Amino acid sequence: MEDKNTKPHREDVCPSKKGTLDLDAARDRLAETNGPEYWRSLEELAGSPDFQEMLHREFPKGASEWLDSVSRRGFLKLMGASLAMAGMTACTKQPLEPIVPYVKQPEEVVPGRPLFFATAFTLGGYASPVLVESHLYRPTKIEGNDKHPASLGGTDIFSQASILGMYDPDRSQTVTYLGNIRSWGSLVEAMRAPLNIQKSLQGAGIRILTPTLSSPTLADQLQSFLKLYPQAKWHVYEPANRDNVLEGAKLAFGQPVETQYKLENADVILSLDADFLYPGFPGFTRYARDFAKRRNPDGGEMSRLYVVESTPSSTGARADHRLPLRASEMERAVRALPGLEVMNSAAGLNGEQQALLIAAYKDLASHRGTGVIIAGDHQPPAVHALAHALNQDLGNVGRTVFYTDPVNANPVNQTESLKDLVADMRGSKVDMLIIMGGNPAYDAPADLGFADALKSTNIPLRVRLGLYQDETAELCQWHVNEAHYLEAWGDARAYDGTVSIVQPLIAPLYNGKSACELVSMLSGQSDTGGHEIVQAYWKKQHSGADFDTFWRKSLHDGWVEGTTFAPKAPQARAAQAEPASKSNRPPSGRDIGTLLPRVDSKTIEPKAIEINFRRDPSIYDGQFSNNGWLQELPKPMNKLTWDNPVLMGPAMAERLGIKTEDLVELELNGKQVTVPVWIQVGHPDNSVTVFLGYGRRRAGRVGTGAGFDMYPLRTSATPWFTSGLAIRKTGGTYKLASTQGYQTMETPTGTRPLVRTANIEEYRKEPEFAREEEPPKELTLYKPYPYAAEAYAWGMTVDMNACVGCNNCIVACQSENNIPVVGKEQTVLGRHMHWLRVDTYFQGDRANPQAYFQPVPCQQCENAPCEVVCPVGATVHSSEGLNDMVYNRCVGTRYCSDNCPYKVRRFNFLLFQDWETSQYKMMRNPDVSVRSRGVMEKCTYCVQRINQHRIDSEREDSKIEDGALQTACQQSCPADAIVFGNINDPNSRVSKLKARPRNYSLLGDLNTRPRTTYLADIRNPNPELEAAKDAHAERS
Amino acid sequence: MRRTGTYGIMAEFDSVHTLLDAAKRTREAGYKKIDAYSPFPIEGLAEAIGFHHDEVPLVVLIGGIIGGLTGYLMQYWISVVNYPVNVGGKPYHSWPSFIIVTFEMTILFAGISAVFGMLALNGLPMPYHPVFNSPRFAFASKDRFFLIVFSSDPKYKPSEVRGFLESLRPRSISEVPD
Amino acid sequence: MADPVENERAPVIEPGYTLGSVTDKISSIVLTRPTSNAWFVGFGVMFLVTMMLLFAIGYLFLKGIGIWGVTVPIGWGFAIVNFVWWIGIGHAGTLISAILLLLRQSWRNSINRFAEAMTLFAVASAGIFPLIHVGRPWLAYWLFPYPNTMRVWPQFRSPLVWDVFAVSTYATISALFWFIGLIPDLATLRDRSEERWKKIIYGMLAMGWRGSARHWHRYETAYLLLAGLATPLVLSVHTVVSFDFAVGIVPGWHTTIFPPYFVAGAIYSGFAMVLMLAIPIRKIYNLEDFITELHLQNAAKVMLATGLIVAYGYVVEAFMGWYGGNRYDAFLLWNRLHGPYSFFYYMLLICNIVIPQVLWIPKLRSSPVWLFLISFVVLVGMWLERFIIVVVSLHRDFLTSSWGMYYPTRWDWMTYIGTIGLFLSAMFLFVRLLPMISIFEMRTLLPEAEVKE
Repeated sequence: MEDKNTKPHREDVCPSKKGTLDLDAARDRLAETNGPEYWRSLEELAGSPDFQEMLHREFPKGASEWLDSVSRRGFLKLMGASLAMAGMTACTKQPLEPIVPYVKQPEEVVPGRPLFFATAFTLGGYASPVLVESHLYRPTKIEGNDKHPASLGGTDIFSQASILGMYDPDRSQTVTYLGNIRSWGSLVEAMRAPLNIQKSLQGAGIRILTPTLSSPTLADQLQSFLKLYPQAKWHVYEPANRDNVLEGAKLAFGQPVETQYKLENADVILSLDADFLYPGFPGFTRYARDFAKRRNPDGGEMSRLYVVESTPSSTGARADHRLPLRASEMERAVRALPGLEVMNSAAGLNGEQQALLIAAYKDLASHRGTGVIIAGDHQPPAVHALAHALNQDLGNVGRTVFYTDPVNANPVNQTESLKDLVADMRGSKVDMLIIMGGNPAYDAPADLGFADALKSTNIPLRVRLGLYQDETAELCQWHVNEAHYLEAWGDARAYDGTVSIVQPLIAPLYNGKSACELVSMLSGQSDTGGHEIVQAYWKKQHSGADFDTFWRKSLHDGWVEGTTFAPKAPQARAAQAEPASKSNRPPSGRDIGTLLPRVDSKTIEPKAIEINFRRDPSIYDGQFSNNGWLQELPKPMNKLTWDNPVLMGPAMAERLGIKTEDLVELELNGKQVTVPVWIQVGHPDNSVTVFLGYGRRRAGRVGTGAGFDMYPLRTSATPWFTSGLAIRKTGGTYKLASTQGYQTMETPTGTRPLVRTANIEEYRKEPEFAREEEPPKELTLYKPYPYAAEAYAWGMTVDMNACVGCNNCIVACQSENNIPVVGKEQTVLGRHMHWLRVDTYFQGDRANPQAYFQPVPCQQCENAPCEVVCPVGATVHSSEGLNDMVYNRCVGTRYCSDNCPYKVRRFNFLLFQDWETSQYKMMRNPDVSVRSRGVMEKCTYCVQRINQHRIDSEREDSKIEDGALQTACQQSCPADAIVFGNINDPNSRVSKLKARPRNYSLLGDLNTRPRTTYLADIRNPNPELEAAKDAHAERS
Repeated sequence: MRRTGTYGIMAEFDSVHTLLDAAKRTREAGYKKIDAYSPFPIEGLAEAIGFHHDEVPLVVLIGGIIGGLTGYLMQYWISVVNYPVNVGGKPYHSWPSFIIVTFEMTILFAGISAVFGMLALNGLPMPYHPVFNSPRFAFASKDRFFLIVFSSDPKYKPSEVRGFLESLRPRSISEVPD
Repeated sequence: MADPVENERAPVIEPGYTLGSVTDKISSIVLTRPTSNAWFVGFGVMFLVTMMLLFAIGYLFLKGIGIWGVTVPIGWGFAIVNFVWWIGIGHAGTLISAILLLLRQSWRNSINRFAEAMTLFAVASAGIFPLIHVGRPWLAYWLFPYPNTMRVWPQFRSPLVWDVFAVSTYATISALFWFIGLIPDLATLRDRSEERWKKIIYGMLAMGWRGSARHWHRYETAYLLLAGLATPLVLSVHTVVSFDFAVGIVPGWHTTIFPPYFVAGAIYSGFAMVLMLAIPIRKIYNLEDFITELHLQNAAKVMLATGLIVAYGYVVEAFMGWYGGNRYDAFLLWNRLHGPYSFFYYMLLICNIVIPQVLWIPKLRSSPVWLFLISFVVLVGMWLERFIIVVVSLHRDFLTSSWGMYYPTRWDWMTYIGTIGLFLSAMFLFVRLLPMISIFEMRTLLPEAEVKE
């Protein structure tokens, strides 16, 4: 096998010649310096090209240069070693800054005790309210804001991982002009003249491009800027935009609206390609919680979920009935629903598909007002319009479906907006282009040729505000290093409109600027800080007296009172069309249907291969591609990491004679991309899915070169799916890193009951069905350990009915427990370090299998097989039933891992942990020891949290009350699937759950007596369809 | 004992049988302090020169017992008394698991005492010994057999001993200087 | 003891030898025979291979065991496979010297010496692996119970601790056994060697042995007792090694057939190695008169017998997989027969069961060439057996989600081959410096040595 440990050659490491030193640049840079600065020599300080060269060689940006395996981990390790040294203060005249210990200690700060601050993480314009754990003012962990209606304590993977993004040493760290370091001051200088010229032109030459914004302050600033420069234009673009939703709303109501769903009231849910149970969908956190609430077979009626989808998703995995359907056929399928069928025949759908759709519709119809139809962002406007219509017809609006003003502050069609901008750029109408955030040079639709337009010299002044020196920054003269949201002031709206004030947790590490600060500079106030700007705006908004209290309360709670959007009842366009006759009539399916262009069934030719573009489940549209946690996060349906192969169904792959990991060439209207294949069971036939966000050229040490760039195939006309794809086998193969190669419980010698599952009827008939095979506790030769005598006995339940497979627990665990990232090659070898993994199993028909999620942390067995075989007693049992891992006693025989039937133990085969990078030292959780090479590690039920709470409760001479103590995975879980607590207390939640009949232990027949148990996965299929299925089964 | 300047008188034989009955007859002649040397162990020779009780088995027995006790008690003390900890829900005193180490310790101690006991009882190592002074003694490790009457024997009279040994028709007789 | 020449087809030792000639023939190999260039070449090569071992280990310590193929779920790979293989080989020596001694198998006398030496070197090679395969080798001594400020001790329920005691005891006892066996011969060398320095060195080692009747008596008692102790020991060692697996709950490990079948396998491979060494040695140093066809035949018979026991072990495993009705064992059987590593399983069956059956043919039993080849096949087969047990059991255990594959890296191979180098270079030195056949025990086989009543 290939040796994985070659090191970069010596001569690569030493630069041939020393660079010449540009002292002015150095002084310029110093003018910037405040707080700790990490540069290692005057060359770097001056950012001299030779040094950059040397740096580039020593710590290569491109993964491509590090073909060997350890190196991906290697440069994770080396990340920012270029800044590993503290400021070279001795060589420059420093301002006198006497260091003084706390004389009066800030009252709230107790060393060793974290503080929590409320703020909000923003993605696609939608804010996820979070609490940030801060140790001595160093943010270390993101948690959900349990007081906030949009979070209820839950979070999502992107906000969890944003902490790593903040400390990412690859972030751009200075203002640059043509690649040379400049000061903010010099930018202000440089902008003055051009802005004055624009004044006279009323800003005709100014263009501002932002991603989707919901920040009231920033929106207000931009508006007032546009008042200053009436001719200036504000364009919005982001690759994962919601144009379809917008257009759909316009179709139906003639105005943009935000659609919200109340899933806790929903008995029947029909998802039309909407992955609303996965992070990235607005309101996911809340929806997951509400959905899970209604999936409890032990209390109340279970809701029923129908999913029609064009690519397997975690939402589909949770469905009671799932229908794989090519995206293009969706509209026709929806029109085929009985309520609308008058408009179109169900031509092209086979019997089974029709049966399912009809059954679904009937189900919805019989649950008027308690059904929901959700259309997915990548479905065309028509489908959204139809969904609106159906929700109207079925009386769901106002009960499970609500319309509000759009959260997006500038709800324009982003594709059009970008088109206009590019047209202006080409037509040299643009003198000054200001790109705030986003990365259009990389992710703009291929046919617009944004990058070329940007390259061309007919835009005299191009300014970019961004977190990274990325593909776009490369094409702009000025780059302003953006402040991370954890470093800057701002605000943003959650999916329900509620505004959260974004407050910084730490002074900008690299003195970055926020969008607010940039805009205010453009508007002429160069020196107003973010704090003043945001506060100023809210002063205007705040009518009542005592702004201070209001302000403090808003910051403390994490949202601003009374900013939640009120539901509104938009009029259907049809109704508006004819106000005289039946005004105020809610729009019906027919109304809207009549407004829609009829789809000609001929337009969809079943033969043509269809391609779906989706944002990546882990790195979104590419903005997180330099985030090691997310890169190594197994994607829910195939457990892939570090790559984005093209997904295709088994039948299709067979036809084409393609196997997983074969390289194929995708050709779409003249553009080719070569990419490996992953055969994804349950994928609609004659259709493939590719994920955006990979193949970055300038992402950073982690993201650069990982995966394949799919944007070249994506055009403005068909951003989400199109047909006419050509697939050619190249003959090559490409290794993919999946953390779960074998995704079924079926073995040649029988199916293993790992996930125990039943239909609700079966469950009601035989509630104990999951309990089989567990040997009685009395079956032992010797006296068991007296756990019952202890004050606490920790235990956990995982409700597989609630789990939506969103992976959030994995990231939360990684962040809480300082778990290292190992890199692709090590993942290929199976050496990933996640203490908690989510196993995905498929069962049944490969074309449309049933999927299950099973989160597996350490099971904390009472009869732990791992402990008995450890020769040095490095893993032993605590009196409270924890399977403790004593890192510094471990010699690393790996016997425990071999003997662990759950394979939840992780071993540091190499020095996976980064011991050098200073940023990471600041990021780590000080309560958890950082493991080194040759040591076994595993889930400990977050023992650091247990101890913290025990100490507190002992100080107050009380017991830890149930629910106060939460493990990281439990805390982060949006679906509330993980419950942890004291099983010695019969009234604790966990005890009650363990008492449920469907509670079972994984591999219980081994008599390991796990403390972690599972609640069997109970589905609620439609009895009709079940009957039909059985009948069908009998026939064949 | 009287200093005679000689260590003893040594007769050389060239076969097992001659040595054996020479040894017997020397004993019968009343000589107590005698010894025989051969290139390989000979059944009955030791008895013939009047060597009867062998202490090695006793030493080994004692060694074995000590080893066994040490083994078991060490494990008991460590796992039950000194550092008791719950390992996989097993009792502190998991005696079945302790058997193996106990067994190995028994063998180890017994084996060691067998070897070193034997060496000690034989008075080895002893790089110098008067018999090596006899020039022909080198053949004792090849194909010759030797019988010696030590000068410390109460009946020892050089002339008599020499005469007696002559009567055994040895290959040669030599006086071993002290 | 009974005259072996009568009741055996081939003699233990060719007629016509005297005490003197035996002594001279064997001692001359060490004392007078000039060292051939072939020896230097052979030793040199093996020495280089040993250096490769050191290099591989050095790099391992530098980087961590991530340079090997081990991963999760296959936490144990080549290191443990090789450890068990070497330990197994190490069983023949003590078995020959101890058990056959007790059984009064006089033919052992001419092969026990180098068989014991082989045992020592094999155990040395085996001993390397447990030390280097741990994640933090510099802390390996934590497996020994020694008083320490941390007040923590080994965990005596762990088979690895049992290993530490079993293997170290075994190494100590075999070394002692071998050494006291050497003492009389060292005395012979002391008296035979011409050069003074040799006299001094051998003299030191002989510790002044002079063959006194009293000494011989105690010597024999001790030797016999030691044999009596070594016999249960040698059986216990591989039993304990088998516990490493049998105590685990991994399907394919958790089985009670292991102890007997491991011991049999150990003797199997041990005798194979003895033959692979004896056959060339007797040729090169023309010792055919001392290591006669009889020895080859007997060794072959032992191999045949133990081989059948091993075969029985396989059959029982397969049968229990099918009959036991345990879903995991059933799958294990399927996986061995049809899984990704099935080729090695079939190879194992061919090497360990099918091919050795030709030993039923007497002609082959006494043909050195054939025996040499068959022994090689058996050694390969026994290595594969350990590979199947360790890797194939681990790579697909309980949760299908955690199944994986194991691919050894170049470092795995370097370490494995390196230990073979270490073993052989030690053998080279041994045949050159010490009498490879027990001289005094050979003497007892001669007619001259008979005590006629």
